[in-house]
Formats: sequence, structure tokens, C-alpha cells
Amino acid sequence: MMQWLPEDVSTFGQEIDSLFYLIYYITAATFILVTVLMVVFLIKYRDRGDRRATYSHGNTTLEIIWTIIPAVILIVLAFMSASTWAKVKRHVPDTDFEVGVMAKQFNWEISYPGADGKLGTDDDVKFDNDLHVPVHKPIRLVLGARDVIHSFFIPNMRFKQDAVPGRQIIAWFEGTKPGKYELPCAELCGFGHSGMKGWLYVQTPDEYKKWADENLTAKPQ
Amino acid sequence: MSEIAATHASHEHHQELGFIRTYIFSLDHKMIGRQFLFMGLLMIIVGGLLAMLVRWQLAWPETPVPGLGFVPEPYIYPGEHGGGIIPPQTYNALFTMHATIMIFFVVMPIMVGTFGNFLIPLMIGTRDMAFPKLNMLSFWVGAIATVVMLSSFFVPGGPAAGGWTSYAPLSARAQYTGVELGQDLWIISLLILGVSSLMGSINYITTIINMRAPGMTYFRMPLTVWSLFVTAILLLLALPVLTAALAMLLFDRVAGTSFFLPEGGGQPLLWQHMFWFFGHPEVYILVLPAMGVTSEILSTFSRKPIFGYHAMAFSMIAIAFLSWIVWGHHMFISGMNPLLGTAFMMTTMVIAVPSAIKVFNWLGTLWGGTIRLTSPMLFALGFVSNFLIGGLSGVFMASTPVDIFIHDTYYIVAHFHYVVAGIVFALFAAVYYWFPKMFGRTMNEPLAKIHFVLTYIFFNGAFFPMHFLGVAGHMRRIYNPTQYEFLLPLQHWNVFITVSALLLGASQFFFLFNFIWSLIAGKKADRNPWQANTLEWSAPTPPPHGNFEVQPVVYRGPYEYSSPEVKEDWLPQDKNLGVTAAARAH
Repeated sequence: MMQWLPEDVSTFGQEIDSLFYLIYYITAATFILVTVLMVVFLIKYRDRGDRRATYSHGNTTLEIIWTIIPAVILIVLAFMSASTWAKVKRHVPDTDFEVGVMAKQFNWEISYPGADGKLGTDDDVKFDNDLHVPVHKPIRLVLGARDVIHSFFIPNMRFKQDAVPGRQIIAWFEGTKPGKYELPCAELCGFGHSGMKGWLYVQTPDEYKKWADENLTAKPQ
Repeated sequence: MSEIAATHASHEHHQELGFIRTYIFSLDHKMIGRQFLFMGLLMIIVGGLLAMLVRWQLAWPETPVPGLGFVPEPYIYPGEHGGGIIPPQTYNALFTMHATIMIFFVVMPIMVGTFGNFLIPLMIGTRDMAFPKLNMLSFWVGAIATVVMLSSFFVPGGPAAGGWTSYAPLSARAQYTGVELGQDLWIISLLILGVSSLMGSINYITTIINMRAPGMTYFRMPLTVWSLFVTAILLLLALPVLTAALAMLLFDRVAGTSFFLPEGGGQPLLWQHMFWFFGHPEVYILVLPAMGVTSEILSTFSRKPIFGYHAMAFSMIAIAFLSWIVWGHHMFISGMNPLLGTAFMMTTMVIAVPSAIKVFNWLGTLWGGTIRLTSPMLFALGFVSNFLIGGLSGVFMASTPVDIFIHDTYYIVAHFHYVVAGIVFALFAAVYYWFPKMFGRTMNEPLAKIHFVLTYIFFNGAFFPMHFLGVAGHMRRIYNPTQYEFLLPLQHWNVFITVSALLLGASQFFFLFNFIWSLIAGKKADRNPWQANTLEWSAPTPPPHGNFEVQPVVYRGPYEYSSPEVKEDWLPQDKNLGVTAAARAH
């Protein structure tokens, strides 16, 4: 299964992926243990008519053991997950790079601050479906939706956040590798849901500056 | 004495009932159970065919489905596609209706409706349900809901297409989906079905609390009855929340309110909170009866008491309680406060513990048994195997950071099919197990075993590779995966899954044929063909009105297999050993 996760190009992706692998190893071991025991029991204790089943109603010690072990593992997993989760979703790092995303049936409307350097004003520069960002810089996203719920999903960035009409949701990511990454909508949003996608261009500072000079009125700092 | 005489009187009175009162508007819990079974089996065909169409589109996008060119255009086929090609709008309707039908019109009517009705009075040793008329009404109201749901296929605009979760605002305004009446009918049908389920659950709870046979204490009840008891309580408490949410959604659509519409001051996330507050207990409403049935069958065919009876009962209660405080794990990415996500992750991790206990106890039941691999046993083991995979894959999405990536992908689709579609294994186990009692005839065992082997192989072939797709980021509910560059290298899995799914569907003919043939010409069944302990096997086969010849008295728990007290390896709950010993002495 390891090779199936797409390439990670985000700062927090490593932590997410290692949690994934940790859970993968734990659950795979449990799966193998239970399945092997089950198959062994089915063969070993098959009714051959030569013996009587063990008359037992259970074993309290065993039951306590197999209650406590999974409980401890799951609680440890929960605490490990909680710290990564806080890093990804609860604390947005300080950054001067802010982009607006307005989701609508069936496009991502991307807006950059205009000459006034502020988002949400009349001089914002807007693009459909193309998001250009510089590499190694935290990107602050201001997510909104015009009609129904959409979900802004960048598989390579390990990023997913629903965009909810009537709400403004702040999210962030930071790219670590320049490239072009697909940006699909992950929440059913109507008959055009499939194919609602854009592209994320993570660019080197020079490339980004070149693009911004040509396309944005406000020069990047 | 006079009570017994009265029973006999009513018994004889029932015998004179005509066709309509016996087969259609029957008050007999067993007939109502059979009615739910036939309705559920009819609907599983509809739901299954819808799934096949979904799979066709995903494997061979926008190619004509063989044999579908005839479907009239304006209804199921809006748009200019035609010629058997499924348009996007129809595709959305297909998976919406597939899920809705499988959850509300297949698993619920069969696992809860059929086996709840058929088994509760028989297993607790009573003549019928507490409220037979309410029981009849519950079925017929459910049948109306089914007709309303099916009718939505034939209205302009087609049936609901907002997913079975019907997230607002998508579902709240016709302009967003293009579905007008179809979505209204979807809401109305589920509102009606809610009434049916409420009547059923009140009946189950009352019957179990008040009508247990002498000696049938709570902790002598079969685990199937325990599971149905807990399920009925969940239904009673969860459904009103869905009903409220559905009513609000309907008002948003037709009466101009804005509960879920932000432009009128409403809040889209309110729908999700209400829906999942019902929706998560709903998952356990579906799976608890499957767990009960599995426990029953594993113990019977291991010829061994269930391992940790009390732990099994208490873990069901624990699951039921915890199921009320985990709904937020469906909403980690929804924009809900991330801190709340952390809290819901904790409760979700905790609910995995009672589920784990159940799996380990099932293993413990097999240990040291004398295992008979009959068809019910094979299917019950299949359920355990699927539930194991579904339970373990759930740990991934319980972890909030991992869920960021796999949420709304095929990983989720794989997970809930291993849990919910996995219930179908328990469903088949139950049908094969109780068929002799329900219909007085035996199903063909070799055919049943072929059915199991094929179903098990193709089930895993259809659902396991969905994990690979999900881990690669394949979104759920997309119409055409080839529209995405990063999914193109995975398309061969979609083909593999579809072929497996088609074969899975085709394998069900072994069941269909066996079921119908056995109904008509199956070998006459004995009273207790499996040599099982629970009270339904003490009743005549098939049980008459009033069920038992004499009121059974319960002396022991339901799983006294291989007890040292008797020579045989089973010991029925109502067998009076004192009398037997006295008889032997003579």
C-alpha cells in the first residue's frame, strides 16, 4: 500500500503520512493476527465427531487484556493525532501571503489582493481555477463558497478544507517543491462536480515574481 | 389456566381468517416479518442494479450501458446523452438512490424489520408482539414510504441527486441540482419511513420489557434479542432528529424558510450536525443486529457458549451510548471548529474499543469449539472478516490529520462498504439459519456454500481495491475519474472493481434461485434442524399463530452448548432437567 500515497510536497505532509503509516502497521498487524487465529481455529477445531467442545463461558483476564491493549493504543494514537491536527488546522502561521478562494458551481475563483494590498476589495485580481504560489512560503487561504458546499482538495499538499457558503474559513499550506498539482473539488456540488478542478502552481521565488509582475497589479513583497 | 384457554380461543379464531387477513393485512408478527423480508429482497435487487450502473460508468466512463438504450429520455435520462450513456445528473441520482435504498429499504427492513419481528416474540417465548396492529401499521407505512421513494424515479428531473447525506444547501434549493420533485419525494419518503420505524421500535422495546417468558431474565436473552433491543432504543431516540432535520429541509425547499440557507441567515453546517447526530447511531442501528445474529450463529455452530456473554451485551450498550457522541467525525473537514474535531476524535477512538472486544470474543467463541461449517456459519464468519477490515480501516479516518487526506475519497467508500455492505453477510447468514423456521422448509446447502464462496471472493474483489484508490486520493461521487490526470494511472483498478462488482451481482442468482426453489419445493424442515438452544427452535416449524404449544419456561441462558449436564451437545433454554432426571429414573 505504501507506494499508493501520492507524492507529498507540503511542510506538514510528512507528519500526516507517518501517522498514516503508523496506523497502517498497527492495523495490518491486528488484521494478520486475528485472521491467522481465525483460520487456525477453523482448521484445528473443526468438528470431526471425535470430541466435545470446551465448555467455557469466557475468561475475564483475557477479556480485560484485550480491552486494555486496544484502548491504550487508540488513546496514544489520538494524542499523537491531536498534536499534528493542531499544527495543521488550528494554528495558521504568520504570513504576508494571502489568497482568496471563492468556490462556485463549478469553478474555483482565485483572488489576489490588488493595488491596495488587501483581499476582498474591488481591485482584487481574479483567476478561474489557477492558483500560483511561491515555494517555501506559508500561504494563507481565505475560503468561501457562493452557492453550495465545495471542498478544496490538493492531494499532493495533503490539504483538504470544505468551503461553506455564508462562512469564511481560514486555512494554510506551504509548498516544498515547485511543480504543477491538481486541485479537485472533493465535495459533491451538483451535476458538474466531476471535473470541477483547478491547478496549483508552486513556483520558485523568481518564477513566481515573473508571473506576478505579468499578472498582478500589486507587486509581491 | 383461563389465560391459556383464551389463547386457544383466539388461536382458533385466527385460523378462520381469510387470505387478506392472513397474508396482506396480517397481525401475526411472523407474517409481518416475512413481508419485510420480501420487500427488502425486492429492494436489494433495485439497489444492486443501481450500483452496477454506477460501477459501469466508473470503469468505462460515458460509454453506452448494454441494454439501457430504451430508458425514456426526460425521466431517468435528462440531457442529450441518450443511447444508453449515463449523464452526470443521472449518475448523481444513481449513487444517491443506491445508498438510500440499501440503507433504509434493504438493511433496515431486513435486519431490523424482518428479524426483529420474526425473532423477538419467538426468542423471548411469547405469543406475539405487544401491539400487533401497530406492527401491521409499521409494515404498511414502510411499504408506502417504499412506493413514494420508488415513484421519484419517474418524475420530471429524476430522483434525488444530492447524495444520501443530502448536504444543504445543495439539497435545499432545486436550482443547485436541477432536481425538483424528486428531492421532495425523497424527503417525504424518509419522513414516512421514520414513522414506520418509530412504531416498530416502540413495539420491540415494549415487547422485550414486558412479555418475556417466565425465567427469561435480561441476561438469559439471546444476544440477537439484546442487539434488537439496543437497536430499537437507538431508533427511538435517533429518528426524531432526522425527522426534524428532514422537515426543516422540506420547509427550506417549499415554504421559503432558511434553516440551512445562508442567504436567509441559515447555517449549512446545521444540517450536517443534525443529519450525523442521527446518522452515526444509524450506522449502529444497521450493524448491531448483524452483530447479534453473528454471535448467535457462531455459538451455535461452534457448539460452545458465546465467549463473554456479559461483555457482548455490555459492549453493545457501550456502543449505543458512545454512538451519540461521535457524529462530528464525519465533519472534521467541514469547517467545524478544529478543537471540536479533536474532541470527536477522542470519542471515536474510544468507540473502537467495544467493537474490538466483540471481534476478540468471537474469536474466543471459536477457540476450543467443534466447528460446523454450515452455510449460516460461513456467512457469519464472512461478516466477522469484513467487520474486522471495516473496523480497522475506521481507525485511519478517526485520526483527524489522516482524515484530512482520505476524507471524501474512495477510502471512505471502502470503509463503509466493509461495514454496511458487510452486514449483507450477516443478513444471508440469518436467512440461511432461520429459513427453516420461517418457511418450514430447508434451503439447499451445496448451493448456499457456492453462494458464500463466490460472494466472499467478489465482495473483496469489489471493495478491497477501493482502499488503494482512496489512498491515491480518488474522490468519491465523481462521475468520470478520467477527467483527472492524477487518477489516470489508477483506472485499471476501477475496471477491476467493476468486473468484481458485476460478478458479485451475478453470484446472487445462486441465492435467488435457492430461495425461491426452497420456498416451493425445499425439503420439509424439522423443529430444530441446527440443534440450537434458543426458544424459537422449541416452537413447531413453521410456528402457528400463538407460536408455542405450551408457554415455555426458561431455565438457563441461551448458549449452553456442550454443557456437562447433558449427554447431547445442546441444552435448550426451556428444557427442565429436573423433570428429565425424574423421567430417567423411572
